[in-house]
Amino acid sequence: MAEMDVFSVVGPVMVGPSSSHTAGAVRIGRMARAVAGARVRRAEVVLHGSFADTYRGHGTDRAIVAGLLGLETDDPRVREALSIARRSGLDVSFRLADLGNVHPNTAKVILTADDGRTTEVTGSSIGGGAIRIVAIDGYEVSLSGEYHTLVTVHQDRPGVVARVSDVIARAGLNIAFMRVSRRGRRAEAMMTIELDDEIPSWVTSEVGSIQAIRRAFAVPRI
Amino acid sequence: MLSAPSISELVARAEADGKPLSEVILELETAASERGRDEIWEGMRAALRTMREAAERGTRSSVRSMGGLVEGCGRRVNALRLRGESILGEPMTSVVAKALAVAEVNAAMGRVVACPTAGSCGVVPGVILGLGGEQASEDDLVRALFTAAGVGYVIAQRATVSGAEGGCQAECGAASAMAAAAAVEIAGGSPRQAADAVAIALKSFLGLVCDPVAGLVEVPCIKRNASAAAVALVAAEMALAGIESVIPADEVIDAMGEIGRRLPLELRETARGGLAATPTGRLIAARFRADE
Repeated sequence: MAEMDVFSVVGPVMVGPSSSHTAGAVRIGRMARAVAGARVRRAEVVLHGSFADTYRGHGTDRAIVAGLLGLETDDPRVREALSIARRSGLDVSFRLADLGNVHPNTAKVILTADDGRTTEVTGSSIGGGAIRIVAIDGYEVSLSGEYHTLVTVHQDRPGVVARVSDVIARAGLNIAFMRVSRRGRRAEAMMTIELDDEIPSWVTSEVGSIQAIRRAFAVPRI
Repeated sequence: MLSAPSISELVARAEADGKPLSEVILELETAASERGRDEIWEGMRAALRTMREAAERGTRSSVRSMGGLVEGCGRRVNALRLRGESILGEPMTSVVAKALAVAEVNAAMGRVVACPTAGSCGVVPGVILGLGGEQASEDDLVRALFTAAGVGYVIAQRATVSGAEGGCQAECGAASAMAAAAAVEIAGGSPRQAADAVAIALKSFLGLVCDPVAGLVEVPCIKRNASAAAVALVAAEMALAGIESVIPADEVIDAMGEIGRRLPLELRETARGGLAATPTGRLIAARFRADE
């Protein structure tokens, strides 16, 4: 028995009461904030399943908003996140809905940035504070938030993936996971690349300048 | 090829090297981690500090849970203790008060250390801080936390520490077993006695279901934290007296895992059975839904 991982047992340090309904919810909020990338003025939070049934008692609503504000899972201000949002000019609303065939602890967050652009992020809290982002702007994705992620929105055509991976190779970055999801053949597509290392800004801008790519952005590890 | 982690192997290593369990666990962690020994030690010390803050807050002031179902349990037992009216006496009454306090702080969205889970986070700090009290040094308590963590790691690997997978026996039961080993080490017992304490504590929780009222980490979770802490101390006392568990710790852990797999879904954190399905439990759940 060479294995041991004491902090998976004694830890994480977190604001209660539930690793899945509170700590995981904070992390979904943090991911949504990172994906939006800009200052957000409006957030609509849609709660599904167990999140919808028990969000008040678990503070899931406060936790997601705390994440949107950039707070960590162990920040005591998570509890006050709704009033902090009000004071800082972030307009928040909640809705309960059936999001379909998703994990019982799932939330969809629709963010409107200062410039009016909207971002839609759906995430599930899968246990012990771990999360999975399952959709961004309607594209199916699968992101844990444990990696630095490069995201592209591009035209589905041959060679795009190769050109992007060429930039990543030149930067000496190591790809952990990679996924492409498209609306249809030759239609708009999204690629998510989870990397072990931080993504230098030149990588993001060089990928963004590849002809078929409409938009590229980096989502830092949360 | 790695064999399944076991309590018996931890004990064998400790006995072979003439070291306490905590040292064996710290060495294994140092070997497996990218972090150095000092950093690992500091991480555990930080966890202890968070536990202490939560225990102090929940014993000094009346903490109210988010759902409002539980309030001021830690403060009440602490007040009884300070009035000299405890029927348990020390250190048990301190253990109970602190376990309640930490579990209440968790339910109030305060800062805690999941140990092994948020729902069972009061048990280990209750025992370590209540038993260690003012006598034991901080280093001794950090060591005890390593012992608890090693036991929890074995339980997580061999069985589960998730209520959704194994019921409350996997959360409060596991926490009680972890705390029992820690208590033996604080009291100066042997690694073998710690293993017996693990077995005796966990045996007391086999079959315990996870049935949270309205799905909240409040009823019965907070009071169960106190009971699990008390059982940990009882198990440690027996082990220190030289009482051995007939069924070895690893086999008890495996039995817990097997029982967990056989528990119906209704009794694994879904709030569809047990206390959650009682008339009062349903009434409370309906009230929460009406509030939405």
